Amino acid sequence: MSQGLLAILFGAIFVNNIVLMRFLGLCPFFGVSTRLSTGIGMSGAVLFVMTFATWITWGVYRLVLAPGSVILDAIGVLPQGLVFLRTVSFILVIASLVQLVEMFLKKFVPVLYSALGIYLPLITTNCAILGVTFIVIDNNFSFLAGTIFAIGTALGFGLVMILFAALRERLELAPISKSFRGYPIAFIAASLVAIAFFGFANMFGISP
Amino acid sequence: MSADAGSPEVTQEKAKELLLPPKPKGESNWQIFSKGIILENPVLILMLGLCPVLATSTTAFDATGMSAAVLFVLLMSNIVVSLFRKIIPNQVRIPVFIVIIATFVTIADYTMQAYQPDLYRVLGIFVPLIVVNCIVLGRAEGFAYKHGVWKSTLDALGKSIGFFLAIVIMGSIREIMGKGTWFGMPITPKWFRSNAVLFFTLSPGAFLVIGLLKAGINKIFKREG
Repeated sequence: MSQGLLAILFGAIFVNNIVLMRFLGLCPFFGVSTRLSTGIGMSGAVLFVMTFATWITWGVYRLVLAPGSVILDAIGVLPQGLVFLRTVSFILVIASLVQLVEMFLKKFVPVLYSALGIYLPLITTNCAILGVTFIVIDNNFSFLAGTIFAIGTALGFGLVMILFAALRERLELAPISKSFRGYPIAFIAASLVAIAFFGFANMFGISP
Repeated sequence: MSADAGSPEVTQEKAKELLLPPKPKGESNWQIFSKGIILENPVLILMLGLCPVLATSTTAFDATGMSAAVLFVLLMSNIVVSLFRKIIPNQVRIPVFIVIIATFVTIADYTMQAYQPDLYRVLGIFVPLIVVNCIVLGRAEGFAYKHGVWKSTLDALGKSIGFFLAIVIMGSIREIMGKGTWFGMPITPKWFRSNAVLFFTLSPGAFLVIGLLKAGINKIFKREG
């Protein structure tokens, strides 16, 4: 693994953490992180879908949508590409991918399905997945770099999710003033964790 | 007997009430419009669509730009969904909503890129990500699919104003504290501007500000959570 790929991996996990620095995937982050077990399940489902989604959207973009792509070239039309269809096609690809993964797991890997099944439908509207596919295209990542970025991002999501779930389990027992209970104290705890993550800034020469 | 004499009339009245229940009271147009602004504020009360609120509220101007994009997408998708609500088959409604929303998101995306390139650079991927914003899909599914065009328009306007208020309040607090300006105007004394609290423009500041705002709202509305 070259230096650049390593920087992408650790940058995605720590420096530009998807939840705390990029503000993506906040709904599942605050919604599911109340218990450690659900946090782990959600992180597993995100890792799975994020990697697959990055592969497929990368392929769709490079083979069909991008200017001068293989398929458009072969037909010999639209030299400017179909870039404007990016948002529509990516969200549809992700939605059908999630359905497909759900059916596949149910049929062939029932163990994994019982662990991740209930989190899969929630993932379609998880902006982290769509956000990562956009970032991969915007940064012009190669297939390998995109894969590593997706895995790193999902690992970063899982890391913060597990850290935060453990924090929130303790917060439930803490004597907190009534109006701070629930969301407000979770936000303030997230703020403190984000400050801690600023300690990773400029690691590998990447600024947040 | 005297007690029984009056009873048939009473039971008849009661039976009438039972047989002809009053028409279910629909909400007035004003209620539909105003609900989204404060009582059911999508961001500060219902906690939906948090990602853009935290990510694009660094300054009040960015926040306004983001809420303009959300207003356009929410309004147009609500109108189109309610126009076609009788044609869209129930089984495939969610994919249809997504395609309708994604179309308007693409229009907003390219318009902003063409006419406000600086703003577009700041908002980044959060404009195309409106397509997965829970507020927009939630209104299409929960309101526009069941109501007429006029009511859906009012609903979209109310919810957008609620979103605008929440994100601009966030943006104003963060910009005044973090930069000492408001919509780019220097409104604080010079000593403050040269030592502004940079913390508020960074991500921990965003989490802190929305946490404190939500706690304040819980205090005012006597809510929990």
